[in-house]
Amino acid sequence: MEELLFYAFAALAISSALLVVSLKNTARALFLFFVTLFAMAGLFLFALADFVAITQILVYVGGVLILMIFAFMLSNKELLKDLQSTSSRFIAMPNIQSLLLSIAFLALMTYGIIAWQQQTPEWIMQNIKMNQVIQPTDNNISQLGVKFMTYYILPFEVISIFLLMALIGASQLSRKEGDE
Amino acid sequence: MITLTHFLVVSACIFCIGLYAILAKRNAIMILVGIELMINAAILNFVAFGKYDKLHYGGQIFALFAIVLAAAAVAVGLAIILNVYRHYKTINPDHITDLRD
Repeated sequence: MEELLFYAFAALAISSALLVVSLKNTARALFLFFVTLFAMAGLFLFALADFVAITQILVYVGGVLILMIFAFMLSNKELLKDLQSTSSRFIAMPNIQSLLLSIAFLALMTYGIIAWQQQTPEWIMQNIKMNQVIQPTDNNISQLGVKFMTYYILPFEVISIFLLMALIGASQLSRKEGDE
Repeated sequence: MITLTHFLVVSACIFCIGLYAILAKRNAIMILVGIELMINAAILNFVAFGKYDKLHYGGQIFALFAIVLAAAAVAVGLAIILNVYRHYKTINPDHITDLRD
């Protein structure tokens, strides 16, 4: 049952991502990107990362994608017209060089994964032996909160400052020129 | 039993689809979507390895950091794309050829 659900989510993620990159209409592709992100959040659940899955839905689906669709629809009408290509085909013709390059890269990575499969890293074996693997019954969220505020306090503060800087920079960049 | 290899193969596929989007698309917003796909594949890897690290929860915490970085990247990237569109009247990266006015 578990494997079946995993394969269903994986197939959903991969097929919808393939459709996202092959659709001609950008608005359609952006809306289809929702499906990909939801399927990825479902895959996170299989790695027992419930909080990451929820954050994925909140931040990506609720924030990033809405921002993209807003920027897409609030911008000029010509932007939309520019994206509609001259040919009326529903699915764009694949660009042969980039297709070749990405398939070669996929083959290389799959080969690497299969070659790596025999030798699991030392720390994974050690943690399995010491029973330090996350179980489905664990309370992940409180543990994550404790780790954020103790062991990972420095990266947490750095990323907070970084996020503030990025938001100020984005609002400065998107300001209309001329109004002081 | 879902092993680590399952996650790695799925994330390799998603990563290559994102790579294809970046290489083939002639629209800056779709290139941004391709970058998001690649970041998502990386997050899937983080989370899959983080399952074996109960001591420090390193994988999940850095997955959260990666989500924050991606959100910041999208905010700044979209602002830049809108500025570029205002200046050049196109968002095809092939036509944006000079840095100065």
